[in-house]
Amino acid sequence: MNRRLLLAGGILSTVGLSLLPFLWFLLTSFKSQTEIEAAPPTWWPSGSLGFYRTALFDHHLFDYLLNSVVVAGSTTVVALLFAIPAAYALARLSIPGKQGILAVLLCVSMFPQMAIAGPVWRLLDALGGLNHHWGVVLPYVALTLPLAIWILASFFKELPPELEDAARVDGCGPWSTLFRITLPLATPGIFTAAILILIYAWNEFFFALLILTQPEQQTLPVGIALFQGEFTMPWGELAAASVVATLPLIGVVLVCQRWIVSGLSAGAVKG
Amino acid sequence: MAQLELRSISKSFRDQPVLRDISLSVPNGSFTILLGPSGCGKSTLLRIIAGLDSQTSGQVLIDGNEVDRLPPAERDIAMVFQHYALYPHLSVRDNLAFALKMRRVPRHVIDDRVAEAAHLLEIQPLLDRKPKDLSGGQRQRVAMGRAIVRKPKLFLFDEPLSNLDAQLRTSMRIELKKLQQRLRATMIYVTHDQVEAMTLGDRIVVIEGGRIRQADAPQQTYTAPADPFVASFIGTPPMNLWEGLLTMQGEESLFTSGDLTFPLPAQLLPSLPPQASTLMLGIRPEDITWQHAPPSIQVDAQVELIEDLGADLLIHCRVGDRKLVARADRNTDITAGMGVPIFFPLHKLHLFIEQRRVDLPTTLPT
Repeated sequence: MNRRLLLAGGILSTVGLSLLPFLWFLLTSFKSQTEIEAAPPTWWPSGSLGFYRTALFDHHLFDYLLNSVVVAGSTTVVALLFAIPAAYALARLSIPGKQGILAVLLCVSMFPQMAIAGPVWRLLDALGGLNHHWGVVLPYVALTLPLAIWILASFFKELPPELEDAARVDGCGPWSTLFRITLPLATPGIFTAAILILIYAWNEFFFALLILTQPEQQTLPVGIALFQGEFTMPWGELAAASVVATLPLIGVVLVCQRWIVSGLSAGAVKG
Repeated sequence: MAQLELRSISKSFRDQPVLRDISLSVPNGSFTILLGPSGCGKSTLLRIIAGLDSQTSGQVLIDGNEVDRLPPAERDIAMVFQHYALYPHLSVRDNLAFALKMRRVPRHVIDDRVAEAAHLLEIQPLLDRKPKDLSGGQRQRVAMGRAIVRKPKLFLFDEPLSNLDAQLRTSMRIELKKLQQRLRATMIYVTHDQVEAMTLGDRIVVIEGGRIRQADAPQQTYTAPADPFVASFIGTPPMNLWEGLLTMQGEESLFTSGDLTFPLPAQLLPSLPPQASTLMLGIRPEDITWQHAPPSIQVDAQVELIEDLGADLLIHCRVGDRKLVARADRNTDITAGMGVPIFFPLHKLHLFIEQRRVDLPTTLPT
């Protein structure tokens, strides 16, 4: 009983600690300017929606939101399009040096962004990708691919190869095996990879700041960061905008959660 | 229904030979068992027949046509896998129909065939369930149903019963036998279980070390094993095999194995090589007798341990420094620690010279 109590306490304090900043922002976003500046601080907001109004309409938050949807969405789709066949090949086909390929992929993903920022900027400048959405999608795809391939490859590896043999005997070629058998069974892996890519692309700040200099193209993190004026820090608007920026992501994760059920392949083999 | 022919199939994985020069002809409508210890290459051979693996050399012919270049789907075979390999995201009905759908068989034909197979295997109530909601035995039935709906030329089974518990395995074995008799289909069945092999097959192909050791009727592999491997692999407990040296002393031929020496009766002489050579002598536990019944070889045994199997007893003895297992009636008064004379009836002996069976003189009285 004591152990359970200890466990419950541990869980509650961990969850509380990580939720506290979000909670504070949520509360702040509903306060008024005087409530924010009050000392001692007001804990409970009066429920003012003023900051939301200014964030959404005066600071063009909707445009940033739309840009983020476009950038993060296309990054996810493009990265998966490349990651799925690559991971399948690495998991199933006999490719010489495939452990080496996987190791190199892992190394690539460990490069600090700062180290490659310059070359990436030069490259995109030469390609004409600066201030275009595809200019950020390209490096995002490159940076998320290693992780996506690793996740998917380990998922594909865990699927019983007997299923693919059975599909071949039943009349499937490599592509129809992939689409009819392997992909439906790998849905948890695909959604896991998709969500991780989406979160990365949604939150990414550094490359977006570097490559997108026009407000019309900027994504949420950059847009919100540029809220601050020369002399003032608009805490209220920042809080409201952050809440608006976080909600879609939470929504997507909650909706997709039901697909990330492992054990979907239960019953295929002896189990 | 079809007949299958394998012409000197060889297979190597990275210069490691797995199958060596396998030639085999499987007649139409027969139930052929590929039997052997794990790692002997029997599953690889089945996968080569299916087209899932390719051989290093040799040909596979189905109904006289070479199929080596055809993918599995075009060989018109169905395969039942060891771990069932049901598609977990499809219902039982869709699992059964999958191969037919892939072949664009008309809808109403698919429905008929699925209904027919479900009826045959008594799985109609399960049609709308997912594989994860089925028991092991039910999954096994669905896996077989998936093969049956195809009406293929050839059924291939890769140790299909090895995941079931002992009781279920026995009942599925009987059902499978009935099914084969009903469908009159050509079936090739891989197993390492000699009981399955003996009860199911019309013919057993014993494979070891990538080679066919014997291809014969089940009873033949038991009564006339072609070599010492088959002799020791088929039958439980295995045949007693003594390797020894044969020497001639005047008119008598002496057999020496370890510190044990005894003369071989003159009746065996026609089967024996003329001069000294190594010889393997075998006798099945159930063929050993406890009373003198000529013509036979008599040796003195020291009883070490008695296992009671319920129906009968297994007597573990020592003869000189050789070990021996004999089967005995429950009513016998043998006890551990006693020394008893035991007898090998001559017509029950198995002789192997240079790993090959030597036939005993047909004149031996039985």
